[in-house]
Amino acid sequence: MSDAPVTVVTGSRKGIGRFLVERYLERGHIVAGCSREESDLRHERYEHHRLSVADEDAVVEMLSTVRKSAGRIDHLINCAGIASMNHALLTPGATFRAIYETNVFGTFYASREAAKAMQRRRFGRIVNFSSVAVPLRLEGEAAYASSKAAVVALTEVMARELGAFGITVNAVGPTPVDTDLIRGVPKDRMTKLVQRQAVTRMATLEEVAAVVDFFLSPDAALVTGQTLYLGGV
Amino acid sequence: MTSREQVVQLILDVASELNASLETPIDIARREDAPLFGGQGVLDSFGFVSLIVAVEQALDDAGVSVILADERALSQSASPFRTVGSLADYVLAHAS
Repeated sequence: MSDAPVTVVTGSRKGIGRFLVERYLERGHIVAGCSREESDLRHERYEHHRLSVADEDAVVEMLSTVRKSAGRIDHLINCAGIASMNHALLTPGATFRAIYETNVFGTFYASREAAKAMQRRRFGRIVNFSSVAVPLRLEGEAAYASSKAAVVALTEVMARELGAFGITVNAVGPTPVDTDLIRGVPKDRMTKLVQRQAVTRMATLEEVAAVVDFFLSPDAALVTGQTLYLGGV
Repeated sequence: MTSREQVVQLILDVASELNASLETPIDIARREDAPLFGGQGVLDSFGFVSLIVAVEQALDDAGVSVILADERALSQSASPFRTVGSLADYVLAHAS
């Protein structure tokens, strides 16, 4: 069995997830990722699984496969997420449900299964993705912001439940980053949002990754149940 | 893996490994009568979660898929987690 860290990244085909996969491959990790579509990333230490994180059985199978092939799981980064902007009065139930199924249920399924693999070695790092939409109480994002608030609560409760197993659970709450997730949002709305931050600009992928690096680091063993928001919200 | 004896042995192997981290070890010498959780059981909630997850993974490694801590198991009046033997019976009844 290799000594290289084993890192699982959901939502790894593009955006922040893809950036993190390439970052940790460069650092020598064995990386497994997943997304609903096939990935064009080819690397001897990367394995892609085509699935939706909202599909519980598929997530269970993926994490079991990774544990068996790599021998263990050290890190899980829950990047998979979807958004939808709409006034609450114009948001269909199906949209609300789909956002929760990916952002909340998906995060839960992957965290539960990864933690099962991590607990035996009494070591693990789980990093979830929340959003500044939570503290900013963003109008027009009732479904997205509330799902990301649920991720914060999940982070805090699972941190307490998994602490005895040597597993930390934390979340990063990025400001908007220039990815597909925000492409559908009108530019003036995005400008207005960013103006509400202490530092009035979007985050870079590197700045988001720096927080993930910290949560994964061995020195952060006592940091758990925390959500670190960017931008000074 | 279909024999009861094999499942009992798998649970005892997992329990033996887990005992190193338990304040009160599981009495594996009692084999299938060894108490686990509830009643005479020696496991606290931390030990219980550790045991159930480790047994699930050992079964998964042996090609047996079973979710042990589902609502069905947790709501049974006679808990399947009382002893090694009762847990083995539950595994055999629900494994796929």
